[in-house]
Amino acid sequence: MNEVLKNVAELAGRLGRHVTFMEVCGTHTMAVSRSGLRSLLPANVRLISGPGCPVCVTDTGYMDAAVELARRPGVMVTTFGDLVRVPGSRSSLERERAAGADVRVVYSPSDALVLARENPDKQVVFLGVGFETTVPTVAWTIKKAAQEGVGNFSVLAAHKTMPFAMEALLKDREVKIDGFICPGHVSVITGAKLYRFIPERYGIPCVVCGFEAVDVIQCVAMLLAQLIEKRAAVEIEYTRSVNEDGNLAAQRLIAEVFEECDAAWRGIGVIPRSGLAIRPEFGRWDTAKVFGVRWGEAKPHPGCRCGDVLRGVLTPMACPLFAQSCTPLNPLGPCMVSSEGTCAAYYRYERKGLAA
Amino acid sequence: MKRDRIVLAHGGGGALTHELIASVIVPKLDNPVLRTMDDSAVLSLGSGEYAFTTDSYVVKPHRFPGGDIGKLAVCGTVNDLAMQGAEPLWLSLGLILEEGLPVAELESIVESIGRTAAGVGVRVATGDTKVVERGRGEAVYINTAGIGRIVTRRRLSAASVQPGDVVLVNGNLAEHGIAVLSQREGIAFRTSVVSDCAALWPLVKTILESGAEVHAMRDPTRGGLAAAVCDIAAASGVGIRLQEKALPVSAEVRGACEMLGLDPLNIANEGKVVVFCRGTDVVRVLDAMRAHPLGRDARVIGEVTEQPKGMVLLRTAIGGERIVDMPTGEDLPRIC
Repeated sequence: MNEVLKNVAELAGRLGRHVTFMEVCGTHTMAVSRSGLRSLLPANVRLISGPGCPVCVTDTGYMDAAVELARRPGVMVTTFGDLVRVPGSRSSLERERAAGADVRVVYSPSDALVLARENPDKQVVFLGVGFETTVPTVAWTIKKAAQEGVGNFSVLAAHKTMPFAMEALLKDREVKIDGFICPGHVSVITGAKLYRFIPERYGIPCVVCGFEAVDVIQCVAMLLAQLIEKRAAVEIEYTRSVNEDGNLAAQRLIAEVFEECDAAWRGIGVIPRSGLAIRPEFGRWDTAKVFGVRWGEAKPHPGCRCGDVLRGVLTPMACPLFAQSCTPLNPLGPCMVSSEGTCAAYYRYERKGLAA
Repeated sequence: MKRDRIVLAHGGGGALTHELIASVIVPKLDNPVLRTMDDSAVLSLGSGEYAFTTDSYVVKPHRFPGGDIGKLAVCGTVNDLAMQGAEPLWLSLGLILEEGLPVAELESIVESIGRTAAGVGVRVATGDTKVVERGRGEAVYINTAGIGRIVTRRRLSAASVQPGDVVLVNGNLAEHGIAVLSQREGIAFRTSVVSDCAALWPLVKTILESGAEVHAMRDPTRGGLAAAVCDIAAASGVGIRLQEKALPVSAEVRGACEMLGLDPLNIANEGKVVVFCRGTDVVRVLDAMRAHPLGRDARVIGEVTEQPKGMVLLRTAIGGERIVDMPTGEDLPRIC
């Protein structure tokens, strides 16, 4: 461990200028915060968190739609636990559940399908958020529902994909990034080749990174080495699980059930081709179609700077709401509510100077 | 967004639970004994001092690897007494049963209560039984209250911890929470993790008899080790520094936590005690703990410092430093 850190210090010294690397994966955010890694890096290397937490980039309008569905009689909303406390513009699923709505936390979409079979008198809606890591299991579940003819199950899909969001950040003049720490989990599915356009078109180095703190340190060293050698390429630190092409079977499954669409990212806006919508062939299991639900971009809490945090132009501590009116107990913005959110991670593990 | 209704996280044993107690309950019932907010109240009766506590048990499912709701209902209350340095004497037993519960099932739970109570030398002195309509309960809920005789001369309290104290724990963390979680519908993982559910009085007695200067003890139940040490740091106005490398977590629990996105520091234990003792007495306490079967894996996990007041810090495995925070009350199933 010390060897790798020493190597980073040596490389950073040799490079001799300030650099900013962005990770775009909630697991990396957590690994960095939980290990206290930032305090160990040389002063000229800054690590920032991008829009990698699926809950954080989910638009307020989507939460409003979920709340509205939960209020309908005969509807059971099933979701990963992280979404339960996410505030919509007026309520949250947690509040609706306390008021009598049927909201169930599940650990996988197939559990939601089981609930649909067990509760034939209910319409079971699964909240489909997340990146390429969760999409294959959702696709598989929709296919299974179709095969078995389960009619009371549907998915409210707001899935997103990472590469075009990374491109949107590079086009944003406010955002200054010298290298990307690419998500390990996502890349297991997509393969590393997906990021090739970033060094090719923008000259920005990318390294696909595993999710332990030591992986992140190694990844920082690899990014520094590319900058020193004035190269830009996609390299893989997480070689134990990621290759160039990814998991082809999972990619086929995604393509069979989902198609590219434009998607609204909280704080960033609509990014073309960065979302996944359920294909019309599977419209019978698409909550949006079944219930005629639509959601637009809703207004976030006034003063909430989550958008700037997600774009990496503001550190959580610099947000006037941070640890004041916005805390994990009473989150105003999505970056505070999800355990993998940048603000929640900073609050939990790194707010030392502030709170003491 | 103000919470005008009770949400599940209010029962998580974390920040929301504390907020509810401080804002809704204590102000209306305030008195000097309640205000101490220790695991048990300390009452002076006649010539002696007694610890008095109560706890309700709603664990689901009510049978889990390593125990059941009956065993838990004895251990949990006995442990709250033990944390105050009290030898458990008497329990009350309140049963809330759901219409349709098989009598054989109730018998097995009561047998478990009897067995566990006999094992630690506590007796059920009084009880109550209520039945609610089918669908209005979850087969069985239990409330127990306990009375114990305080045997320490020095008052153990969350507020008595001092800089220079050492923090110890008697073994692997997070096993109760993970064992119960693994049994829950919808969580498809198999594990051999067994709940650590145990009555701690015999171990605590050994520690107290070692003659070491113990300042506080806590059983890190809901909210896990994090909630317990954060409580102490706040109550005593001290800093607590834990060493990640020293924290005992089995590989299996670590794996399950990673898979479920949970921090083992926030997960419940039902047979663990966190001991705060004077730094110079650490060997004495360690020897005493290790001599007892419940303390075989006892170890030092951290130390108490003057600064930063009210805060818990963790030296991470890679040498970084981070905060350990009071859990907010995650959306976790009922584990006790």
